Amino acid sequence: MNAPAYNFAYLDEQTKRMIRRAILKAIAIPGYQVPFASREMPMPYGWGTGGVQVTAAILGPADVLKVIDQGSDDTTNAISIRKFFAKTAGVATTTSTVDATVIQTRHRIPEATLHGGQVLVYQVPIPEPLRFLEPRETETRRMHALGEYGLMHVKLYEDIAHFGHIATSYAYPVKVNARYVMDPSPTPKFDNPKMDNCPALQLFGAGREKRIYAIPPYTTVVSLDFEDHPFTRYRFDAPCALCGAEDSYLDEIVTDDEGSRMFVCSDTDYCETRQTLGHRGTESAAPHKERPHG
Amino acid sequence: MYVAVKGGERAIENAHRLLAHERRGDGKVSEISLDQISGQLSLAVDRVMVEGSLYDRELAALAIKQARGDMIEAIFLLRAFRATLPRFGVTEPADTGRMRVRRRISSTFKDIPGGQVLGPTFDYTHRLLDPQLAEASMPEAPATSEPSPATMPRVTDILGRDGLIESSPQADADTPVGDLTREPLSFPADRDLRLQNLARADEGFVLALGYSSQRGYGRNHPFAGEIRLGEVEVEFMAEDVGFAVPLGSITLTECQMVNQFKGSAAEAPCFTRGYGLAFGQSERKTMSMALVDRSLRARELGEEIVAPAQDEEFVMSHSDNVQATGFVEHLKLPHYVDFQSELGLLRKLRKEFSKAADASPPLREAAE
Repeated sequence: MNAPAYNFAYLDEQTKRMIRRAILKAIAIPGYQVPFASREMPMPYGWGTGGVQVTAAILGPADVLKVIDQGSDDTTNAISIRKFFAKTAGVATTTSTVDATVIQTRHRIPEATLHGGQVLVYQVPIPEPLRFLEPRETETRRMHALGEYGLMHVKLYEDIAHFGHIATSYAYPVKVNARYVMDPSPTPKFDNPKMDNCPALQLFGAGREKRIYAIPPYTTVVSLDFEDHPFTRYRFDAPCALCGAEDSYLDEIVTDDEGSRMFVCSDTDYCETRQTLGHRGTESAAPHKERPHG
Repeated sequence: MYVAVKGGERAIENAHRLLAHERRGDGKVSEISLDQISGQLSLAVDRVMVEGSLYDRELAALAIKQARGDMIEAIFLLRAFRATLPRFGVTEPADTGRMRVRRRISSTFKDIPGGQVLGPTFDYTHRLLDPQLAEASMPEAPATSEPSPATMPRVTDILGRDGLIESSPQADADTPVGDLTREPLSFPADRDLRLQNLARADEGFVLALGYSSQRGYGRNHPFAGEIRLGEVEVEFMAEDVGFAVPLGSITLTECQMVNQFKGSAAEAPCFTRGYGLAFGQSERKTMSMALVDRSLRARELGEEIVAPAQDEEFVMSHSDNVQATGFVEHLKLPHYVDFQSELGLLRKLRKEFSKAADASPPLREAAE
């Protein structure tokens, strides 16, 4: 039988070289979607294969990797991807945003400010911000080439006409470096301002759709809006029930079947760091830790 | 006090352990072997090799066993392995005209040089459940005769001699065949990439599209010119020795559809082709593929594109079951963060709605 043998970080070096070329091109043209020959990965399409390929291509033995999903290091898919790289690349892993050199994320940007030298790798399901307005790739590529974004503004205007607000709460479109309209991946629009002028390199990988794009450090990223309807962040108006944070994005937890809810930080590292520093919320009577498994 | 959801790591480990246990089934029943899968579920193995794009019966059988018989999961396993294999080069074009034929039929001519050969087929069986198969049984030995010395020219080649069908495109060393697993796909895509996409495509998806073309959604009047099944030698051009070296033989099914004519003021009318090729015995797949291939040639042949089967972006973007299953099933992953954002927006809109409703009581009907 043809017994498999795998390279450092799973992908073979030719594939990594191909992906690195796409990444370099993406950095050179901020916000532009670079096609790349995405490979079948050992996890399903739609579960982070684009992010995993980007991470595999940039990871070195000295890197420290953090993987989050919904802001949390403990969600099952984040654990699965973190274990994949711990196994295939043998790199150190961490849950600390500050200590990580590479952070792969799905649906969130960490609350802690990123610093220079860090790379944030986003998992992207649908890289094309115009896809739901125009299903054809041949058309949307032409629209990007011509900078023809009127359709997007019409959509946002129609939202205002129907609902009185721009009815996009996540994957909120941005304009990068005053040129390309870009999908920030399905992060809540709360996170959009963090992309602007960010000291860290931001890379976006869409495996199934075979696209890579990037925001180089200190690049202007503007959320689309209108003068009379400026972009606003959304955050449930409450402090975190565990750490009392007033500035973090919150998950809503349903605690019983009678309408009781509580709100806690979606970024678990941010929340735990604050608790360690002595911050307390209404529900944090005692610090809790996962019991070691015997 | 609330305790955040934790322990995902152990949950994953335990889930995988339970899965392995379920896969094995009742321990008192003997375990199924790869030989049994490869030998007795051979059409399942063929399908996994075709859509997994890897000709290796043993690995395909292993994938089926590991996937508990879930075909798309097995195809996925084989694809993920294939993606890691180094690429040494490209073989010479397989010559299906030199196939050692086990089955060969044509629905366009009653008799053809080399004859009609039924071979192992479900066709003309009555689909009655066979209770004898429930017990171990040894079927009758197959009937044999001397192999026919006659050559078996392809039916389309016979038509081609009189110019009745468009000629088959010739291999051109200057324009190598594309490979969508190595180069990102862009549209419009040429026929080489379309055929590669269809060969890897989900059998059910291609079947449905082919069927839709027969029912009038982009009708193209097909005849099954020829379907043949058999073994074909695969040769690799070894630059060092300067000639093609045989690597071995593989089983292939080929379907050539003969379709409605095409002609113009400058060109005499002739039949057009639709082509299907797959590993193993994959008749349904190759027939469907040939129908869809012909439909997708609408742009090239100047036909109006009106139906899904003619739309290459639609067909090629949605035909891959590994991609499709991944994206459909990713909805199982947590989406709390986005959902929370949507909840926030919806609550705000509802609040504004009820405030507006309270402020202005509904107008009464004039008749009241």
